[in-house]
Amino acid sequence: MKIATIKELLDAEVVCGNEYIDREMNSAFGSDMMSDVLAYANNQAVLITGLVNPQVIRTAEMLDMLCIVFVRGKTPTAEVVALAKESGMILLRSEKKMYEACGRLYEAGLGRNGDCV
Amino acid sequence: MKESLNLHFPVDGEDFTSAGQASVQVKKTLRQIGLHPEIIRRVSVAMYEGEINMVIHAGGGEADVHVYEDRIEIILTDHGPGIANIDQAMQEGFSTAPDKIRSLGFGAGMGLPNMKRNSDSLRIESTLGVGTTIYMTINL
Repeated sequence: MKIATIKELLDAEVVCGNEYIDREMNSAFGSDMMSDVLAYANNQAVLITGLVNPQVIRTAEMLDMLCIVFVRGKTPTAEVVALAKESGMILLRSEKKMYEACGRLYEAGLGRNGDCV
Repeated sequence: MKESLNLHFPVDGEDFTSAGQASVQVKKTLRQIGLHPEIIRRVSVAMYEGEINMVIHAGGGEADVHVYEDRIEIILTDHGPGIANIDQAMQEGFSTAPDKIRSLGFGAGMGLPNMKRNSDSLRIESTLGVGTTIYMTINL
């Protein structure tokens, strides 16, 4: 699924990294616990989270997760955005809550070939 | 002893924001020398969890990474309070992290289990009131 499609499905806005909008993503992981992301997420999955501290970017970096969607209308700080840009990531922001965001992407087929977590 | 590539990083225990920087640097270096992506992922996750632990629990410490032809060794040393019960600390979900850390998305009790899962060997030496050293090996 292209990130452009994820953006549409979640009525999201691009916070930074619009040049990566056509990247193809194959799975996703929704969580506010970074240790769980490290334990369970697939490499290169979309990260869906309501946490906006710099550790989110570092956690995502460890697993080559280059697309992060902040849900619940959370806005990353300038510091977080700067870190994301350094790592070549695209950050999206959606007003939707975690449950609905994950549901919409799952329903549309993201990660449903067995890679979904 | 065969030559190794040696990386050393101090880990600042005062600044949670900068925690993880050493692991990011190691990951970049391993990528530059062309190691297999799966190896890089395992080293990155194991080291990152260890680095975060040092900041959360021990007031920081030192991280050393040695890249040999056949393996990578990670040594994390701190002078924190030590681990009272290592078996208990290895249980998934068990955490002694303070509430503030949980609000930052950590403290789920997955750190040491994640380190074990991603390394080929994990050894913990710890003395209460003195500190802890973690030795991890990932075979190439």
